[in-house]
Amino acid sequence: MFGKLTWQAIPFDQPIPLAAGAFVVFVIVGGVAWVWIKGYVPYLWREWITSVDHKHIGIMYCLLALVMLLRGFSDAIMMRSQQALAFHAGGYLPPEHYDQIFSAHGTIMIFFVAMPFVIGLMNFVVPLQLGVRDVAFPTLNSTGFWLTAVGALLVNLSLVVGEFARTGWLPYPPLSELTYSPGVGVDYYLWGIEISGIGTLMTGINMVTTILKMRAPGMNYMRMPVFCWTSLASSLMIVAAFPVLTATLAMLLLDRYLDFHFFTNAAGGNAMMFMNLIWAWGHPEVYILVLPAFGVYSEVVATFSGKPLFGYRSMVIATMAICILSLTVWLHHFFTMGAGADVNAVFGIASMLIAIPTGVKIYNWLFTMYRGRVRFTSPMLWAIGFMVTFVIGGMTGVLLAEPPADFMLHNSLFLVAHFHNVIIGGVLFGAFAGYTYWFPKAFGFTLDERLGKAAFWCWFFGFYGAFVPLYIVGLEGMTRRMQHYDRPEWHPWMLVAMVGALLILLGIALQVAQLTVSIRSRDKRREPTGDPWDGRSLEWSTSSPPPVFNFAVLPTITDDETYWSVKQQAREQKRLITPEPHYEPIEMPRNSPVGFVTAFFATFTGFALIWHIWWLVVLVLICAYATFVVFAWRDVTEFEIPADEVARIDRANRQARADQLREVASGAHP
Amino acid sequence: MGIRANRCLSVSLCALLVPFALAGCEQLAVLSPAGPIGSANRTILLDALAIMLAIVVPTLLAILAVAWWFRASNTHARRSLTLTYSGRIELIIWSIPALVVFFLGGIAWIGSHLLDPARPLPSSTKPLEIEVVSLDWKWLFIYPEQGVASVNEVVAPAGVPLHFQLTSASVFNVFFVPRLGSEIYSMYGMVTQLNLQADRPGIYHGLGAHFSGEGFSDMAFDLRAVTPEEFSAWASATSASASGPVLDEAAYRKLLVQTQNLKPYSYRAVARDLFGDIVSQRLPAGEGPPTGPITTAVSAQQEN
Repeated sequence: MFGKLTWQAIPFDQPIPLAAGAFVVFVIVGGVAWVWIKGYVPYLWREWITSVDHKHIGIMYCLLALVMLLRGFSDAIMMRSQQALAFHAGGYLPPEHYDQIFSAHGTIMIFFVAMPFVIGLMNFVVPLQLGVRDVAFPTLNSTGFWLTAVGALLVNLSLVVGEFARTGWLPYPPLSELTYSPGVGVDYYLWGIEISGIGTLMTGINMVTTILKMRAPGMNYMRMPVFCWTSLASSLMIVAAFPVLTATLAMLLLDRYLDFHFFTNAAGGNAMMFMNLIWAWGHPEVYILVLPAFGVYSEVVATFSGKPLFGYRSMVIATMAICILSLTVWLHHFFTMGAGADVNAVFGIASMLIAIPTGVKIYNWLFTMYRGRVRFTSPMLWAIGFMVTFVIGGMTGVLLAEPPADFMLHNSLFLVAHFHNVIIGGVLFGAFAGYTYWFPKAFGFTLDERLGKAAFWCWFFGFYGAFVPLYIVGLEGMTRRMQHYDRPEWHPWMLVAMVGALLILLGIALQVAQLTVSIRSRDKRREPTGDPWDGRSLEWSTSSPPPVFNFAVLPTITDDETYWSVKQQAREQKRLITPEPHYEPIEMPRNSPVGFVTAFFATFTGFALIWHIWWLVVLVLICAYATFVVFAWRDVTEFEIPADEVARIDRANRQARADQLREVASGAHP
Repeated sequence: MGIRANRCLSVSLCALLVPFALAGCEQLAVLSPAGPIGSANRTILLDALAIMLAIVVPTLLAILAVAWWFRASNTHARRSLTLTYSGRIELIIWSIPALVVFFLGGIAWIGSHLLDPARPLPSSTKPLEIEVVSLDWKWLFIYPEQGVASVNEVVAPAGVPLHFQLTSASVFNVFFVPRLGSEIYSMYGMVTQLNLQADRPGIYHGLGAHFSGEGFSDMAFDLRAVTPEEFSAWASATSASASGPVLDEAAYRKLLVQTQNLKPYSYRAVARDLFGDIVSQRLPAGEGPPTGPITTAVSAQQEN
């Protein structure tokens, strides 16, 4: 009846996962009960769960990322404390548990923190920057988000029901084959990532279509903000690389479920092929994550230097060069597999080539600040912290691209330090910069700057405290994923790294405090004009939070920074220079529960497949198909917002901006 | 860059790390190599680092200096809020990383060829053949010329090139002796080549550098480099010891069972071309986890 699922799947004998699981269940049940009692269910259903508004979906992506960051970080703290304790000792986490923790840490941080964070920012910002009302396929967008959430749910479910993979964040066969990993852990990983990967692919297709086909009148390619360019590059890579991931994991699933022999030891399988395929996705994935972050820095540095971005064309060329080069370097993840000198050298040099456009970007940001008027707000601190940290991470990356150097550092903690250096210093700092920068746009009030800056400094020094020791033990020959060790020279560094991790923990606590304090004092923090940072691109021309239709009238783009030039003229003349437009009714896509319902069935499909409950698989697939049919037969897809309503909303924002211009003119604000 | 310059660089690198380091360079295994491959790898590592630091350090300082000097409150800063393009600056900022990569690419090309793990070491001495099999979770070292084998310990003559051929009897692993240099994968059904040499006698820590499951952390071993005479003495003593076990097919099948933390021991004789039979998959792969609990710290020698 329930396949492989029995009561033994619940780890009653392991206090840590059980307590963690019980806590999560308590929080979820408590949250749902609170929402129910307060009567927020209809609001949540209408405004969020069934919403196809790109802004709400973007916010939900970022929220998912923030929640999963807490989960992924608790894994990190457990790993650091285990390695701090496990010198000549077993520590407190036995291997079978420790192995699940580092596997879950990597999986969650990449797929359910970094990915949703950058996709959330892209979703929220790109249509606003392009001056359009929504993405190309709003319902697909909602479905993509909910499928990502299903992946996160399944991975977290493995904490309490069954186990997670013990194979690392990329399940290399033959270890991940049925022979060596007979449990359900690898299946949780595979189905979770398959489902969320399909969601990501949907988003990629959606973003590419939106950017290529839906720009405001006059917004040609070379007038798009750099964030849109990097989002385009990132989405193109998603479209190119995610099908590879899906197919590769599908082959491993066929091995595990239907006795195929793609990567097995037996019957002519070849696990080397898995390494090639997974990194053919995995290396572009790194740039899928970091390019949107580069876009964020470009926006932040330009805004807070009070200057347009230096070298816009260079920036675009560099972005697209990285987009293409990133597809040609995957073999550097296994120089030590004995491929031969020519192959290693070619892939080593190809990897280094990426340093050229990346270096150019760093210098472009530097020259954007040069002769500017730099304001050290917290987004700018994240950006400068990134530039410093990323240069170091890039340097160690190029070191690892030298095959002979990699022969000594492959799989070492030097490597671990390197990729955390670029992913924390590059992607995560960028995500935090974007979060702080666009938060007032999303909610209409600013985040507390003092706590935000304190959080930045904790993260910044915490990062160095946690990862410089890993560089050093890497040079001492310590390899990754060790549950215990007996080399005395490694131990002090593990203790230092633990302190660094605690400093990062303090940073996260400050971020939680920042959000709480800011929400509680939101009435004082309201920002009526919708342009709190003196921004330069179109998203700052509308109110905060933007109305569902984004722009009352689609803006007409006449130069590189239309909004900025209009704003400058308005300041000079101390009044709004654009006349009130002629308001017309606006058609917007209707809400749709399709994404949520699909995800509901996908959860059960994944769960049933993991536990071999075949009748449930068939049942939910039929239900999912029925959902699709119902959606396909819908006949009303849009609703109309009357011109009066549009006028009312837009006039309020124009009034606030006119008031501010008058205040500035009268010297009330400097 | 000569050896001396390298030493200077590694000393200054250590000096950089001093605020963090209580220990000296001796413990940075990768930077204190004990053989020609390790030294050559280190040279490339340090050369590449030096070339990059020459660019990276000024860039870091420039980032901080520019950001600080052009702060909004600095009344002395000259501002030009429309500076968005300068052909001269663009030329320079594309050239700097391109030139660096040009140099480093050259190093990569030459280094990859000179230090290809499969390339024999230039030496007048005939290399010693060692066949390596990674198992769950122990290392098997077979000496085909001496007809002996050992588990979780390699004994090798110092000053003599070592030619390793590696395969796996279960999942992937990586053979790594940090102070000797290059590491390489061991994979089922495949053979990889690795050439190393220990210059001086000594005990060099080695480890499995690719996660291989539950017993992974205990896949450490020592490479005991001894004088060539001591090595011959060890080999003949091992093969002459009447009580030692023999590595035949039955003994090998016992090794396929998952065990952790096995104490080092040796076999006085090895079945003919056992390594070939493992690679050609005539002998089966490890069976993975048993249904019962995994046995720990049991020496196969005691079982014999």
